[in-house]
Amino acid sequence: MKMRPNVKPRPRAKRGTMKRLIKTVFSFYPRLLPLTLICIVISSAVASMPTIFMQKVIAEIELALKNSLGWGDVGGNIIKYVIMLALLYVLSLTANTVYHQLMAVITQGTLKKFRDKMFAKMQELPVKFFDTHGHGDIMSYYTNDIDTLRQLVSQSLPQLIVSAVTVIVLLSIMMYFSVWLGLVVIVGVMIMLIVTKKIGGGSARYFVCQQRAMGKTESFIEEMMNGQKVIKVFSHEDAVKESFDEVNDALCADATRANTYANTLGPILNNIGNILYVIVAVAGGIFLLGGATNLSISGLAFSVSVVVPFLNMTKQFTGNVNQVSHQINAVVMGLAGASRIFELLDEEAEEDDGYVTLVNAKEIDGVLVECRERTGIWAWKHPHKADGTVTYTRLRGDVRMSEVDFSYVPGKTVLKNVTLYAEPGQQVAFVGSTGAGKTTVTNLINRFYDIEDGKIRYDGINIRKIKKDALRRSLGIVLQDTNLFTGSVMDNIRYGRLEATDEECIAAARLAGADDFITRLPEGYGTMLTGNGANLSQGQRQLIAIARAAVADPPVMILDEATSSIDTRTEAIVQRGMEALMKGRTVFVIAHRLSTVKNSDVIMVLEKGEIIERGSHDELIARGGRYYSLYTGAFELD
Amino acid sequence: MFRTLLKSVREYKLPSILAPLLVSCEVVIECIIPMIIAELVNRFGTAEGGFDIDGVYRYGAIVALLAILSLGFGAAAGVACSRASCGFARNLRRDMFHSVQSFSFENIDRFSTSSLVTRLTTDVANVQNAYMMIIRTAIRAPFMLIFAIVMAFIMGGKMAWVFIGVVPILGIGLAFVISRTMPLFRRVFKKYDKLNASVQENVKGMRVVKSFVREDYEKKKFGAASEEVCLDFTRAERILALNNPIMQICLNIVMIFVLSVGSNMIISSGGEALNVGHLSALLTYGFMILSSLMMLSMIFVMITMATESGRRICEVLRESPTIVSPENPVCEVRDGSIEFSDVSFKYSEAAGRFALSDINLSINSGETVGIIGGTGSSKSTLIQLICRLYDASLGVVKVGGVDVREYDLKTLRDKVAVVLQKNVLFSGTIAENLRWGNAEATDEELRHAAHLAAADEFIDSFPDGYNTYIEQGGANVSGGQKQRLCIARALLKKPRILILDDSTSAVDTRTDALIRAAMREYIPETTKIIIAQRIASVCDADKIIVLDGGKIHAMGTHASLMEDCEIYREIYTSQNKAGDEDET
Repeated sequence: MKMRPNVKPRPRAKRGTMKRLIKTVFSFYPRLLPLTLICIVISSAVASMPTIFMQKVIAEIELALKNSLGWGDVGGNIIKYVIMLALLYVLSLTANTVYHQLMAVITQGTLKKFRDKMFAKMQELPVKFFDTHGHGDIMSYYTNDIDTLRQLVSQSLPQLIVSAVTVIVLLSIMMYFSVWLGLVVIVGVMIMLIVTKKIGGGSARYFVCQQRAMGKTESFIEEMMNGQKVIKVFSHEDAVKESFDEVNDALCADATRANTYANTLGPILNNIGNILYVIVAVAGGIFLLGGATNLSISGLAFSVSVVVPFLNMTKQFTGNVNQVSHQINAVVMGLAGASRIFELLDEEAEEDDGYVTLVNAKEIDGVLVECRERTGIWAWKHPHKADGTVTYTRLRGDVRMSEVDFSYVPGKTVLKNVTLYAEPGQQVAFVGSTGAGKTTVTNLINRFYDIEDGKIRYDGINIRKIKKDALRRSLGIVLQDTNLFTGSVMDNIRYGRLEATDEECIAAARLAGADDFITRLPEGYGTMLTGNGANLSQGQRQLIAIARAAVADPPVMILDEATSSIDTRTEAIVQRGMEALMKGRTVFVIAHRLSTVKNSDVIMVLEKGEIIERGSHDELIARGGRYYSLYTGAFELD
Repeated sequence: MFRTLLKSVREYKLPSILAPLLVSCEVVIECIIPMIIAELVNRFGTAEGGFDIDGVYRYGAIVALLAILSLGFGAAAGVACSRASCGFARNLRRDMFHSVQSFSFENIDRFSTSSLVTRLTTDVANVQNAYMMIIRTAIRAPFMLIFAIVMAFIMGGKMAWVFIGVVPILGIGLAFVISRTMPLFRRVFKKYDKLNASVQENVKGMRVVKSFVREDYEKKKFGAASEEVCLDFTRAERILALNNPIMQICLNIVMIFVLSVGSNMIISSGGEALNVGHLSALLTYGFMILSSLMMLSMIFVMITMATESGRRICEVLRESPTIVSPENPVCEVRDGSIEFSDVSFKYSEAAGRFALSDINLSINSGETVGIIGGTGSSKSTLIQLICRLYDASLGVVKVGGVDVREYDLKTLRDKVAVVLQKNVLFSGTIAENLRWGNAEATDEELRHAAHLAAADEFIDSFPDGYNTYIEQGGANVSGGQKQRLCIARALLKKPRILILDDSTSAVDTRTDALIRAAMREYIPETTKIIIAQRIASVCDADKIIVLDGGKIHAMGTHASLMEDCEIYREIYTSQNKAGDEDET
């Protein structure tokens, strides 16, 4: 079987991502972050200083040995140095503890804030975003990208700062002791950096490859696990195993390469460090022997007490370079993750320049007056900018589309010159094959997408002027793919109207014909639903979705293949409930099954984005056109 | 559990053993180097004998040599280690995947698709990391610990007791940290999974969220959950962050003790009991002891975290398929006759209710049988017993006169073709998908099968014809087209029994009739079982079975059922009411 790579390679991080990330974290923690930084600087600066005191202690010991002095002569000085050292330790310990504690708070807080920001952003994005991005792709913002970010913020960035500070401090101390030896160390470290760049860069590159191979394997596994039953039915297990082995081996090869680079980098750098140590020692010896003049800030001449501490610092110095090299992968991957997260945060939110809102109203002397309590009467509140007056229009559910054109992708027209009207209380049905534009019509009414040309009026108001919230609140929608949320059955029904009482929810369920099966569930309305109601049949899920729309009690309802998974006999049983639900409302019905739509007031037959027939069931049958051939089964409906 | 997992190491045993060996060599050298360095430092005249440049050269050369050796061992260990751990992960994935392929439907039902995907990816990655850690560090850390302690005693004599004194402090500290954080982490990871599951739910249900204008409500809900996760994570990480200061305190105590007491010893003994080189070596070993303890604690944390993943992998590896071919299987299906005698079935032992009960049924070879019934009447369950996708709990199912449990599974499933209700096409061309039915089918045979399934027309209308690429899950063909491709795929098996489980629901009635007519004409000897919602799909069958609540409610022809089966009549009326009205 051929595999087509359907995993996009992860883009490299955009320029400036690091700067923006730091800025963002700073804006989250304008006080804590600088405090943490100060602690990091203190703790790493102090960490390099003990060497000085050790050197002083050793110098005292040498002095004592050379001149055969006793403890009483030099002990005082040694104790003094040790006490200073201890004080230094306390300072470092304090800074270190504070830094680690604060870092834990900052890291987790930052992740939380990023998560919340992403989630909030996601709620504002237009439906188009979700139609054009894979769900797995969106999820990976929350899983993979956040994980790489966590590594970057909590470990890599602080480590980079620590190492940078340490390196600067060490360099200054080295110069304090001897410039010549310092230069030797710098040359050695340059070599280490080159090696790091070569091996570490390779490692980062292969980690990206591994990530890609992982994605490919994951999507293969997902496809096969979804089709596992089909594989069984066709006894295709062996062929599938073979294809899997291929993908799996490729992943293994990339992973091995990436890890080999990463694993060998440590020992290589470590031992270059050792060799550098020897070189410094030998150089120090030669300087000592040749009596070379030392160049140093301190003005110290070459002596054993210069060379020995210098050797220790060399070790510390190379150790820090080693530490930085370990962070390379994390930095590369973390920045790529951060870059993706910023991309999501930069997505354009759904526009809403509507200003007509929906309010509760009551009628006093034939005039609509806005009120706060729920009256069952709704009104459109329409402020007029020109003269500052406000008019109230009663919400009736009159929807008219005139000469509407629309395309999802520019140039590929989906709807052409569609004109239709639904009077309050009418039931309007759409019939047509897949891609004819049935669902598109409803997408336009609730403004999931905006029309290109033409007008849609709701109770006489252009829907562009209506605030999206208000518009959608006035429409109840039941979709073909039922989505239920984790929570009890009652919670799911109440989703339609958060302040509905239990009684109202149960009444809605009765209306939808769902009460019967719900009461037979182990815990009735309290039964917990998980995984999109995995424990219910598709038909039962649809019934709950209908109840959810019913409790919202909207004046206009859109039923998009709402009963497609309910068998015809059950549908006939819930039919009465459905009729009661639709009574008094404007209803748009999209259905595959003609038995579902034939009682509608008007039936529109859509083909390739155009309405080719319209009329009642009887009229259309009498006409003997497309609807007639659909109904008699002479034409394919797909 | 560890034994089950380790079985998957197989051909990577060599690097798995080599890695720790090489690491040990590396560690030995790493431990020797400070000793030589101490000697080297002494050549600078800190010990007796004064400055000795030749000694510096000599010891320098030894250190350089050792460094190169250590580099070689270390790099080789790195290679072996990545080979071992990546190979182990590969084998784990492979074993799990192969094991899933041997699963019966019952086994498959027990694991959800998404959980299998996680087990094959994230869980394996966790185990891989832990494995790498173990073979690299689990040897290194204790080895270094012991070596460093021994060396400290050799070099520092009594001074080394200070390390033994600090170790309990460190041990208690680390134990405290681990015991406090582990349960926290375990809990918070569960919450974290839940949080991500809720995001997924939200992404999938975005249209619902938007239609009900619940954006703010969702934000609030998410904010609360993410706050909780954040608090728990922060608590756990803050405790974990104590590791660092604990380590530092111990290290500092050692440093101060060694410096003060050590220098006293050197001076008062005139460099006899201890010299400066020893002093600095002692400090190095002290650092080594503490950091190896630190490493040990990290390994412990990692293993504990990976244990959960390991357990989930084992669940898959240990799951034994509930349906396998018998020892001496029958490898030929004589004809397409089917017989159910007293068959009852429930999905699991624990299930209270039988999904099917007391089914007695006999179908002759070549007959066309329709099955009809409401949602949940176990229509699909019934036909899944025929090709042994499930085994009957009670009673016997026979195909071609032989108990299905006596057949070789592949033979049986090749001869009994099922087009499942929840059908799937795989990414690949149309021809590749059709050849699932018969890998050796000629183009001519593909065409013929497509023709029978009324799919040839639309396939030919595609620019690439049979080479049209089908996206994952068949996303680029319509529901009806998908169903017809699936029927063609099954037809290519040239089965003795063909079962269509609601396989023409998205196909229009005219094409549906065409397919049935083609089957009648071209494969008359094949037994055909058709499950359908539409009465029209089954009304011309030789026999129609009406299922209700897992029992055969009635059986007969369309005419006889219309006479005396009320359910059948109700279904008929629900689908033809308007037609009747028109006629009257």
